[in-house]
Amino acid sequence: MKRSALPAAVATLLGAIYFLAPLVATFEFSLRLKRGEYSFEAYRLVFASGNFQASFLYSTVLALTTIVVSVLIVVPTAYWVQLRLPRLRGLVEFISLSPLVIPAIVLVFGDIKLYGSASFLPLTGSGLGSDTLLMLAYVALSLPYMYRSVDTGLRAIDVRTLTEAAESQGAGALAILVRVILPNIRPAILSGAFLTFAIVIGEFTIASLLNRPAFGPYLQGVGASRAYEPAALAVMAFAITWACMGLIQLLGRSASASAPPR
Amino acid sequence: MTFLQLSRVQKTFGGENVVKGFDLSVERGELVTFLGPSGCGKTTTLRMIAGFETPTRGEIRIDGEDVTSLRANRRNIGMVFQSYALFPNMTVAGNVGFGLRVAGKPAGQIKTRTAEMLALVKLPELAARYPYQLSGGQQQRVSLARALAPSPRILLLDEPLSALDARIRVSLRDEIRSLQRKLGITTIFVTHDQEEALSMSDRIVVMNGGAIEQVGTPGEIYNTPRTRFVASFVGTLNLIDGRIVDDLARTFEIDGQRAVAGRRLDGAKQGDVRTLALRPEALRLGAADEGRNTLRGTIEDVAFLGAVVRLRVRLTQTTIVIDTFNDGSGRLPDRGEPIEVNFAHDDLIVLDAA
Repeated sequence: MKRSALPAAVATLLGAIYFLAPLVATFEFSLRLKRGEYSFEAYRLVFASGNFQASFLYSTVLALTTIVVSVLIVVPTAYWVQLRLPRLRGLVEFISLSPLVIPAIVLVFGDIKLYGSASFLPLTGSGLGSDTLLMLAYVALSLPYMYRSVDTGLRAIDVRTLTEAAESQGAGALAILVRVILPNIRPAILSGAFLTFAIVIGEFTIASLLNRPAFGPYLQGVGASRAYEPAALAVMAFAITWACMGLIQLLGRSASASAPPR
Repeated sequence: MTFLQLSRVQKTFGGENVVKGFDLSVERGELVTFLGPSGCGKTTTLRMIAGFETPTRGEIRIDGEDVTSLRANRRNIGMVFQSYALFPNMTVAGNVGFGLRVAGKPAGQIKTRTAEMLALVKLPELAARYPYQLSGGQQQRVSLARALAPSPRILLLDEPLSALDARIRVSLRDEIRSLQRKLGITTIFVTHDQEEALSMSDRIVVMNGGAIEQVGTPGEIYNTPRTRFVASFVGTLNLIDGRIVDDLARTFEIDGQRAVAGRRLDGAKQGDVRTLALRPEALRLGAADEGRNTLRGTIEDVAFLGAVVRLRVRLTQTTIVIDTFNDGSGRLPDRGEPIEVNFAHDDLIVLDAA
């Protein structure tokens, strides 16, 4: 007996309405800056704002730096754990997940206490120091996503045998990591990278308490003083996040085109 | 001259001795096979030669150089893995040229050597393909080309045919042997398949429980196994208990019948019970001429296997298996029929006392 597709269609429709209705409403509201007509005036104002450009550029650079540092820390660690210290996997996974249970506010107060102007390493004493501290905090914040992605990627390939094959060809640890392991977990790294990007772009608490000119505090500031621009910014933030997700899919697919079907 | 020398090599994992006092000398250009069941220590020994494991005790020398503690990437040893282990992100040419690129060879030289190696394994047209676009047999050939490209001192093959289907396995096995002979490269081959070991090797090392049971040519291993394990692991054998009636005349009593062995009975005395081995194909039907052993029994079962007819004959307590060629002329004996079988004295193998 053929089962009716109606319940599934109704459930899908209800789900779509639940997620899309607020977004459509926000988008519709963002177009109503001019009375009596729809326009992109709120978006024009946002783009014309010097603060928007500066804060977005600042957060973008910070996100890219965070991604590079995360990859440099996480990939060799996850690789080494998988290859030589599999018994420590549970502990490393626990550590990597801790930023999910430690609130950002606790993290940033800890950072300020540890790296404040009176500490042994007074990073908050200068702009560059604060930027570095913010970036390192973001590395910690993105650790669960980056570690999970990379670890999943490493589990999908036969790390041990590929390493041994490369070693028997005369390759050292760095050559193996750069020429064999990294290219084979590229989709996983990209996935972690885009998640990191999405987190850093919108992060408010740490950037605000470290007093850095990031996009998160700018969003909050605009939201507190304007009506239509925050709606436009919210829609743009969604667009950026979705673009990141789309890129993960796209690059993941093109990377898997040169890899065996798994 | 000895090219590869393993002296008293031992490996312990968590208190368990997986390789026990392994001694072996391999000549330059020789193909030696480590044969044994899973967990016998053959792969661990191979991995110690490769440098992936460090011996707990003992010494490994290659061409006189002590490599016991040398890292794998400094040993100049080529290795072929059971799972092919091709780099998925590289083309066939990229895989084959990998070792040369790592060694910093000029691009022209890498290209020439890669083409040469691919021609050697008969895959010159697949240089631009990725591993996932190849069959298992093709992947293993590429793996072989990759292992040989940097001109290694020794080639190690870790069950390279196990993942392939039967037909490919036989053809690739012949190709590997012919390539090995052509290049004259010293090779260690690990397998649990006795047919592979017997057909490819100059010498076979039969291993069991981390120790060497016997080292010898395929003929020696098959025809004169020294221990019960070797006898039962290599080929099909009838294992019979025989009591020594006359140690000087090498005469045994088997189920109340007499049989003479060809080999001297070292350290045995009258009344001792020893395990005797008889190859099914060494037995002939009918009474013996002078100078051969004859046993009498009853046919218990007849199995027609095409080229071979396999008979099970019960003596009194013991049952033996006999393989006879099916020449298409004779009738097959019936179950329950009395029968005589004969065999040469030399075919009665006396195994070492356990």
